[in-house]
Amino acid sequence: MAVGKRNTNPIVKYVLIFVSGLFLFVMLVLPLIVVVVNALKDGWTVYRQSITDIYAIKALGLTLLASVSAVAVNTVFGLFASYLLSKFYFRGRQVLAALIDIPFSISPVIAGLVFILTFGNIGWMGGFLKAHHIKIVFAVPGVILATIFVTFPFVFRELFPVMNAYGKDEEEAAALMGAKGFTIFRKITFPHVKWALLYGMILCGARAMGEFGAVSVISGHLRGKTNTLPLHVEILCNEFNTTAAFAVSSLLVLLSTLILAARSLAEWKKKKRGGN
Amino acid sequence: MYVEMRQINKAFDGFQASRNVCIGVEKGRLAALLGPSGSGKTTILRMIAGLDRPDSGDIFLNGARVNDLPGSKRGIGFVFQNYALFRYMTVAENIAFGLKVQKRSRQEIQKRVEELLELISMEDFGKRYPYQLSGGQRQRVAFARALAPDPKLLLLDEPFAAIDAKVRRELRAWLRGMIERVGVTSIFVTHDQEEAMEVADTIIITNLGRIEQIGTPKEICQNPQTQFVKEFIDSRRFEMFWEFWGREREG
Repeated sequence: MAVGKRNTNPIVKYVLIFVSGLFLFVMLVLPLIVVVVNALKDGWTVYRQSITDIYAIKALGLTLLASVSAVAVNTVFGLFASYLLSKFYFRGRQVLAALIDIPFSISPVIAGLVFILTFGNIGWMGGFLKAHHIKIVFAVPGVILATIFVTFPFVFRELFPVMNAYGKDEEEAAALMGAKGFTIFRKITFPHVKWALLYGMILCGARAMGEFGAVSVISGHLRGKTNTLPLHVEILCNEFNTTAAFAVSSLLVLLSTLILAARSLAEWKKKKRGGN
Repeated sequence: MYVEMRQINKAFDGFQASRNVCIGVEKGRLAALLGPSGSGKTTILRMIAGLDRPDSGDIFLNGARVNDLPGSKRGIGFVFQNYALFRYMTVAENIAFGLKVQKRSRQEIQKRVEELLELISMEDFGKRYPYQLSGGQRQRVAFARALAPDPKLLLLDEPFAAIDAKVRRELRAWLRGMIERVGVTSIFVTHDQEEAMEVADTIIITNLGRIEQIGTPKEICQNPQTQFVKEFIDSRRFEMFWEFWGREREG
């Protein structure tokens, strides 16, 4: 590491700490406190009722289903894509890498609309789906599809740089000794990328749970059927049922906190990973 | 000839890395591919190993054409420039890897690993991980790992490049001694003429993807056949070198 000029002025340090601390407090901590305080405003009983409400539980179930599906699909996809793009050279490689980032640059609302226009009754595939009694739009498959779409770059984005920087030498060495593709992946590649993979899965899951825009457009807000937790919060808000809205939000906050803890662990492990 | 390349051509994205390459290395020889960087020496090594495919031309090992044979079936050991030790495996696991893939029995693997650790004088290092080793130790492990499955041909890509100058000289002598002891035909890549002269008994000089000259160190020094070789080989230094080392090796 270069021995640069270190700013030893303590005032600068404390001012920076204060500014960042204040910013974090106003932007993150304060809203969290508001959520918890408002959720418990009318006492435990109301809180319990709000989160054990049948629609809230169904929304939680769908959120978990959509998130788990998104993480599962995107993990498999992300692994394949990053392996392909980091270990093989072919025409159109750059284009493929750029395409994977599309969900980052598209507004989720547009993504939802795109799915309606593709799979809805008036959409390109509408006739075919109707003839085979497959319902995607305003149904659970649509919610899952939208969640997968919005979150699909996460695992890839975490894995790709790690795999790319790893180089091919160790894999070539193993291949020259006669190891087959899967053995090479299991023994050589995977141990190197496992923490990055976990980190990507966690980010993907976190984003999937909070997804609102795309899901909102494609779900049709059918209570107890296609409502996810964020949508449920919105409905409660619109009904001026603020306590319940905050109570349900606190569930999401709880999930996020769990994810944050898992994330810190994964990040720490990722940094700690051995090697030279 | 144990290794033979005939009329090999290879291009990467329009860059001609090999032009009509013809080389031969006899059994039991220790050959150096010597040339400036970008002259195509590593490409030649990788094609012999089966890591890259030539665009045209034939490669023969022990008289059999191996163009279509995967690298793992060619009976070669390969030492990578940065050794490419498996960083999540111990030294012993690294050496055992090729044998495990071949599904050898556990006792056999254990015996061979111990044998090789002894050969490289690292008996007590079996449980260490690569990042706990010095550069020279890593090279020795890479050498042992490449030798574990008893290859007929050993290929080494810039084996001394990642080692600081002080230890390098010592390791050269060590490697030469080891290869002589094991008696395996070997080819190594280097851009350092001193290294090539000191270690190899055949030198293949490459330039711009072509082979400029093949010969013993003495032949190349005394009778450079092209202008490039004449300029590339610092013959005065070479003469001095020959005074010290050559007689001993010829005798």
